[in-house]
Amino acid sequence: MKTDFEHRQGAHCESGVTSNLLSIASNGKITEPLAFGIGAGLFFAYIPLIKINNGPAIAFRTLPGYIFNRTAKSLGIPVISKKFGSKQKAQAYLDECLEAGNPVGCQVGVYYLPYFPKEYRFHFNAHNLIVYAREGDDYLVSDPIMETTNVMDSYQLERVRFAKGALAPKGHIYYPKQGAIITDDTIKQAIKSGIKKNVYNMLNIPGSFAGISGIRNTGKKIKKWRDKLGIEKSKLYLAQMVRMQEEIGTGGGGFRYIYAAFLQEADTYLPGNQLAEISVLFTQAGDMWRTAAVHAAGIYKGRIGSQDDFNKMGDYLLEIAELEKNAFERLKNIKWQ
Amino acid sequence: MKKDEVPQDLSSLGKITKELCYATDSSGKYVAALSSGWDVKITALDVAWGDIEKRIAGAKQKVLNNEASQLLFFMEYRLMDVGILAGYTGFWKWQVKRHLKPEVFDKLSTRKLEKYAEAFNIKVEDLKSMTIHED
Repeated sequence: MKTDFEHRQGAHCESGVTSNLLSIASNGKITEPLAFGIGAGLFFAYIPLIKINNGPAIAFRTLPGYIFNRTAKSLGIPVISKKFGSKQKAQAYLDECLEAGNPVGCQVGVYYLPYFPKEYRFHFNAHNLIVYAREGDDYLVSDPIMETTNVMDSYQLERVRFAKGALAPKGHIYYPKQGAIITDDTIKQAIKSGIKKNVYNMLNIPGSFAGISGIRNTGKKIKKWRDKLGIEKSKLYLAQMVRMQEEIGTGGGGFRYIYAAFLQEADTYLPGNQLAEISVLFTQAGDMWRTAAVHAAGIYKGRIGSQDDFNKMGDYLLEIAELEKNAFERLKNIKWQ
Repeated sequence: MKKDEVPQDLSSLGKITKELCYATDSSGKYVAALSSGWDVKITALDVAWGDIEKRIAGAKQKVLNNEASQLLFFMEYRLMDVGILAGYTGFWKWQVKRHLKPEVFDKLSTRKLEKYAEAFNIKVEDLKSMTIHED
């Protein structure tokens, strides 16, 4: 059982999987940055009530599953998506798909993912990979963040497809229906709608936990962390933020670079809308997130740690919020040419 | 980030795979570049693991003091909370909480112990004796 599939490495698991699964339908045109942007992937949220590894939940991207569904829908590609109560049925369905020549996306947990180094294994259940063939008891796996493909036996695959905890995948499998064709016109429309959605998510979600107001609010909170949490816990929180921002699967700079790359590509589809100029603002935002990360590292390494240092850390986020607000307002005000 | 500024500090992941990131070339065009790691995030990960090690050591002491069962030790070791462990074993959360008491744990049937051992990916005798083998 072998399907027609080519592994291409990506920066982020879900947009990488999306791009690779749509590769045939789009004749390779849906690159990873395009999938990320059309899927309105860029985000910020700070949810102190949800604890991950004893730290606050901080996200720089949208909810898991959102990018694939949105991208496929915007491009007019019908999607087949299933979850399972039974492990046997989940495997049988996977086998049927492969038999029919469909490489499929699977949501998995990374804790028991055998090819990941131990240091990177947490109970994070929203990782995505593609299974593209079966050989005996082994499944051939294309994980977009890895340079090469991997092999997992049926027990190993079952274990990660049925990982437990928050966002448990329940054998979630998804793939585009074969035979659809993506035209340049569809791509143009999808880019516009992806930008519009992302503008809404960053500028208009009510409350102070998400989008630009979420960044601003987090900046203000960080200034109080030292007094409120104590230095040790503040270090843990900052380290957690940097990991969510920079770790494997983000493309660096809290996904801002991948979004900047998207706008640059979008500019070639929709010239005359200043998308390339606005892209530069997102590059600056990514650079500033990284500068902030270097400062945070000074604190969690214990090199610095005064209240002034925490104030400076908070100010970085306030500055980023202003920059991103400006960038998204420019996107919002585009009169499409 | 410019392509020639993409950090190349070798991380534990970098030994297995390089990470793809997006950076600009000399003309400002975005290209894919590979990174073998960045010191800033390597230390962030170290901080997280330092905290985990502390929690594991604390749990071990509690088990030795007979204040908690071996489950607590392996939960910390496997970064699990009661909810995750309940998910893997099929027990209810209140059952897991009960099994965290040493006197209840000591009377558990082999069948139940096997469920925990499978969730932790260890052997039953190691669960009882709080022995770990690096994996």
